Formats: sequence, structure tokens, C-alpha cells
Amino acid sequence: MKKKNNDKSAQNESLVNRPSSASRRDLLKSAGLVGAAAVSTVAGSNVIASDSPGSRTDPAADSMASVQREALEVLTAEEAETLEAICDCLIPSDEHGSGAKEARAVHYIDRALASHNRDARQNYSVGLNAINEFARKTRGKSFTDLLRDQQDSILLAVQTNKIFGFIPNGSGFFNMLRSHTIDGTFCDPYYGGNQNFVGWDMLRYPGIRLGVSEADVSVGGDLPPNHQSAYDHSTYTKLADNGSVDDREGKDYA
Amino acid sequence: MPKQLAKTNVVIVGMGAAGGVAAMPLTNAGLKVIGIEAGGWLSPRDFAPDELRNGSRNWPQSVQKAASEAPTIRATSADTAVQGSHPMMNAVGGTTMHYWAQSWRLNPWDFKVVSETKQRYGAERLPQGSTVEDWPFGYEELEPYYDKIEYTIGISGQAGNVQGKKNRAGNIFEGERKREYPMKPLRSSPFTELMGNAARSLDWNPFQGPAAITTELFDGRPPCQYHGFCNKGGCHVQAKGSTAFNVIPKAIDTGNLEVVTFARVTQIVTDNDGNITGVDYIKGSETFFQPADVVLLASYAYENVRLLQLSKSRAFPDGLANNAGQVGRHYLSHHQGAPVFALFDRDLHNWYGLPAQGVAIDEWADDNFDHSELDFIGGANLWAHTDRKPMTAAKMSTFGEVRNWGSDWKAFIMKNADRTNTSYIQKTTLPYEDNYLDLDPLVKDPLGFPVTRITARYRDNEKRIAAFSQEKMEQWYLEAGAIKVVKAGLGNLMGATTHAYGGTRMGLNSETNVVNEWGFSHEVPNLGILGASVMGTSGSRNPTLTVQALSWRTAEYLANNWRSVVG
Repeated sequence: MKKKNNDKSAQNESLVNRPSSASRRDLLKSAGLVGAAAVSTVAGSNVIASDSPGSRTDPAADSMASVQREALEVLTAEEAETLEAICDCLIPSDEHGSGAKEARAVHYIDRALASHNRDARQNYSVGLNAINEFARKTRGKSFTDLLRDQQDSILLAVQTNKIFGFIPNGSGFFNMLRSHTIDGTFCDPYYGGNQNFVGWDMLRYPGIRLGVSEADVSVGGDLPPNHQSAYDHSTYTKLADNGSVDDREGKDYA
Repeated sequence: MPKQLAKTNVVIVGMGAAGGVAAMPLTNAGLKVIGIEAGGWLSPRDFAPDELRNGSRNWPQSVQKAASEAPTIRATSADTAVQGSHPMMNAVGGTTMHYWAQSWRLNPWDFKVVSETKQRYGAERLPQGSTVEDWPFGYEELEPYYDKIEYTIGISGQAGNVQGKKNRAGNIFEGERKREYPMKPLRSSPFTELMGNAARSLDWNPFQGPAAITTELFDGRPPCQYHGFCNKGGCHVQAKGSTAFNVIPKAIDTGNLEVVTFARVTQIVTDNDGNITGVDYIKGSETFFQPADVVLLASYAYENVRLLQLSKSRAFPDGLANNAGQVGRHYLSHHQGAPVFALFDRDLHNWYGLPAQGVAIDEWADDNFDHSELDFIGGANLWAHTDRKPMTAAKMSTFGEVRNWGSDWKAFIMKNADRTNTSYIQKTTLPYEDNYLDLDPLVKDPLGFPVTRITARYRDNEKRIAAFSQEKMEQWYLEAGAIKVVKAGLGNLMGATTHAYGGTRMGLNSETNVVNEWGFSHEVPNLGILGASVMGTSGSRNPTLTVQALSWRTAEYLANNWRSVVG
């Protein structure tokens, strides 16, 4: 015998979208306006400076004004510039709000290539170079100087293996790049990406909480974001980049 | 020469889900036990709520013994094996540190697949080429041990059959149990309620699944905080019942258990009569010989099989306990996959909560439904659970709606980050003649020992279950209001997984099984084997509780029959 549908519709009612936090939505919308950053190679080091650094004391204002770029650890200035343009194609800053640029996905990738993903360093050198070579050969300009449609069509060609010269191949490189760009946009900010929590706000992820009540869950993505990194909680051990635990033998629970 | 250590009563190889449990009845009986573990001690501080580290970078499984000896995989003996990954963790507590902690009893049918199938449908319905046998005992024999584990580790759940009294809030298909769970189930969530209500409108019986996770103060451990980083993460409040937080410390407290960490057993040593004398292990740069009256092998299924195959001697030229050629046979796993993805038109409120916080359907599992008109035996347990994280959300299926990058894609994931759900479906898997584990002739670990080679694939019976259960899952999602459902492929290659079974199967017939009904080798009286490697069937649910019940039973048997086992 079927149960009456009352329960179910009542349940569905409770899952219907609630009006979302207006201030947060507005912030996301306005955060899309980002000035193009200028490259300046400071004598001897790969530093990319933004044209108008935002205030470091007000994260929201910072993300709306412009994007502060960081000193590079591994990538060359040209590689970083190409990568910025690619990441912006993958997760664009647009009318829907911030993207990989504000999240500083490139900063995340640069740091990852210096540590956890160092094995991928050469794939990036080769891959970014191949993209620029292709852009120059077919359009007479470097990738960063192309129009967005032109950039997109090159990336699509990479993704579908229409262009050669990648490790292991175009789609393999593209998939890694896409995965790293997503990681850099939506990871814990501890790793240098998802700056000012723009990635988590984009998805309306309310943030890391050590305890979550039924009331918290009932409001879903409308729970006010708390903008905390896991490592803002002193409870947690920060691990070495290689994730090694073999150098520790704490016996807290023996 | 290895450094000779003082003799002990029992060596347990591996201090995880199985070995940790076995230590307790042994040490309580006053036996001196040394547990040798490849990993070290971890604490709740080591498990940050960090999706990148735990998930993408797979921290729990990195830089570990198991990683250095990951099995190679091939579908058939005609194929070339390729390098696989390994799914397990090395630590005191083993993979119970970061597992989902679903803690199911097998259903009674799982113990008697052969006789039940013959009786209900006829012998011809047993899949061709399958080597499946009935277990040497039924569910009733294991019930007291299931109960023991539920009350020792601390399992939360809703009983469905207490002494024959059915309760539709629980699993009405479960075997009869003596009493309720010690704790109420994990709480429901808006999503599990949505799915539960949908199941009821299909006339199915939804219930909250059992978990080794506290829902109230239990044994000094606080209740689950639902923060949602259970998967590949340990618990920051010890709500998850890892053996590192209950049975192992308790066994240490008796004064009879010593745990040797960061030590790798390289060989089980036998004398000329074929009796075990102890184990060799490497710790740091030193090699030790640890003499023991009895060895309990309690590493993971692949590792159990591998260590036996590597432990060759005059008495056992083809590997320890393998004179009947059964070590490595009857391998099966839940690697099949075949998940179902659903897209809803509303937020599901799944940002928090854990994979064990789910609602289950057992109508289509095991032999809980009539197979007369079907072309397979067995079935699947359907499971809908919470658990959503930002990076996983961004990497979601696009359901064919948009290219997977660019402005449209960004708009898609912004809209749907909390609107999709994935259901993995656990299915009955049977053993087959030519699915097996052996030593890879080419690939070696850094110590120079061959790694395990998996030769196995899923057959028609498993693929038909997959197709059947995907349709049921689709029906369930659609009833709950899903606007799109996508079904993945049905699986072929049987790779390495956290649910690996067989290789040292338990059974009365010494020609087709490695261990007897008590978990001791048919060929080596002082060798006991713990873990899912002794299980001959998988059921359609998680193995850990059954592994732990069997471990307690084997250890209790050893303690009660010490003189006859040691000889």
C-alpha cells in the first residue's frame, strides 16, 4: 500500500530554494570586474605586479578592485602570464562573478609545482610553450594577446587532441590543467588558491565547521559563510608537502 | 642475520581493523601478543578537514608501505598487467582511521549462496565457472560475534529484526539479532528524508544504515559532529570507531600487547616440519626475527596472500599454506563501480554530513526478491548519502548540458553545486575459476620482492546485477524528483579496492580452501588468517564488521584452545 504523498510534499517544501543572502549575491556579481594586470619583471626575479594592488585589510574590497599577484616560485613570468589567461578561460571572471583569477589559481599551481606536483613541472613548461607556439604560428600573437574566442578555440583544440607537442598529449595536459585550476579555485586557502574564499562563495559552500547542527544543515547554502581555513583551527597538524607521516611517532592514544 | 628477539605467544601481522580486534580476546586471556604494524600512530590532530589533502592528494594513502607494493592488474591471463593503485592505509588502526565506517552484518543468504540457490531455483542457476561454496557455518554462528563487535567498537544503527520481531524502521531483511544496536542511528538529513520518502512512495523500506560512528557518548568518546570530512579523513573527536581508539589501546592496557610500528614483515618462517617459528621483519635499516608460538596474519587481503606466496620453504615450496594451490584463488572485489548520477532542480543541503549518514534499500539485495524470472543471482544494496565538498562539486558530471569549462560551465556548477548526488551501489560478487592473485613476474617493490598481480574481471552475473540495480537506483532518484539521471558503465576489470575478498578462503574442504572453519590453516596448525581474505562471498555491503566478527571469533578460539593449536 502506498503511503500518502503528504509527507513527501512537505519534505519537498523544506528543500525549496530559500531567498539567498542578498549582500552575498551582490558581492559576487560586482566581484567580476577585474582590471588587467600588467607584467613587470623586476631585475633578476620573476615578479608579476598588479596594476593597482587592492587593500590587504579588506578582503572583499580587494577582490572587487583588482588582483594582487604573488612572487613566483617555479613558473617563469611568461609561463605565469599564459597560465593566467588559460585559467581565465577555464573559470572566467564574468557577469556571474569571480573566477580563477580572483581565486589566484595560478598562485596555487605555482606553489603546487614547487611541492606536491613537482613531477608535473616539465609538463607545464612544454604544454604552455606549445600553446604559445601554436598561437604565434596560427594567429601571429602570443596566447595572452588573442581575443577570448580565439583563446577558447585553441584550448578546445588542445582538449580534443588537435594540437600536438604535449606531455602526454593534448587532452592529458588539458585535463591536468583543468583539474589543477579547479583545485586552485576551490581548495582550502592554505594552499594559496581560493583567495578570500571566492571559490567557496561561488558555490555557496558555507565553509569548514568543526560541528554542524541540524539547524545549520536545514538552511543549506544560505548558512552564512564563515570564511575559515582548516588551519585556522590550531587543532590540526600541518603536514610536510610530501604528506609524509613516517617522521612522526606521536603516541597520544597508546 | 636478523636480530633474534625474545619469543612471544602470538604475533599479529597488521594492527588494523582485523588485527586490532583480535588483540583484545588474546590479551584478555593473558597471552603475550606482539602486533607488527607498517604504519605509525596517528591522532585526531592529523586529520584536518582539508579536501585537497585528503581527497585530490590522497594523503591517507600516500608514502606508505602499501603504496610501494601496489598490485598490478589484468583482466585475463592473456593480457599484460598494468600498474594499479592501492586503496589502503598503513597506520595503527589501519584503514579504519579514514574509512566510511559503514558496519553491516551480512545477510543470512550470503553464507549459503550455493544451497539456497539450488533449493529455490535449481543448481543450473549457479553462474558457470563460479567457485562459490557455502560458508562452513551460517549467519547464526556469527551473530554473537557481530553483537560483540557492535557493543565493543560502538556501532550506531536501527535494528530491523530483534529475535524475530521485525521493525520497518530498520532492515527487515537482516538476520535475526539478539538485541538492538548500542546507539541510535546517525541522524537523518533533508536529503536522506527526501530519499526515504521517495522510497516509501515506491513501497520500498528505507532505513538508516549502521555505522561505527558514535551518536551519543560511548565508551568515553563523544558523538559525531557531522562536519563532513569522514571520507579519507580521520575523526577529530574520535567519533569514528577506529581500532586505534578502542580495542588496541584496551589491549595495550592489559600489559600484554606490544605494538611495533613502522615495521614490515618480509617472511613468515617455518621449520622443517612445516610449523611456523616466527616472522622476519624490517624496521628502519635493521632486520629482526620475532619468534612466536602462533602467527595471526592480519594485513590486507592482497598483502595476506602476497606474504604467504613470498614465504616459501622446504615444506611449502609454492608458498606457505599453499600445498593445495589455493592461496590467491577465489578472489573477488567490489571494484565494479557502475554508479548512478542524479541532478535535482533544488539544493539538497548536502554540504555537511558524512558518507555513512545515508538511507539504504535492501529490497534488491542478495535473495530478498524473487529471481525466478531473472538471469542472475544476488543483488545490490542501494545507498543514498550526504557528503558534498567544493572541489568534488566543481568536478561534477555536467550531465551533457555544457562543455566542462568556460562561462556556461561556471554558471552550471554555481547553480548545481549542491544539486547533484552520486550513488555507488554495492553488489553481490562471486568467485570464478580464473580470477586470482599471484606474484607479478616483473614488478617488484623497493625491497626487491614481487608485488601482487590481480587477474580478474566481472562476469555476466555481476554485470546483470549492475544493470538491474542501476535501474532501481534511477527509479528511486526520479521518484525523489531528480530531473536527470546518468548511469555509468557496468564494469569489467576487477582492480584493487578497499573491499577485496578471498585469496585465503575459509571452508571445510582443504582441497578448495586455505583456512578451516576457525580461521586456521588446513596445512599449518599455528597459522591463523584474519580479514576479508577468508570470506568466500562478498554480500552486497561493506565487509568490515564481518571481518571484525570473524577476527574476534578466531582469536577467541585460539585463546580457548591454546594447547591444541600450539601442539
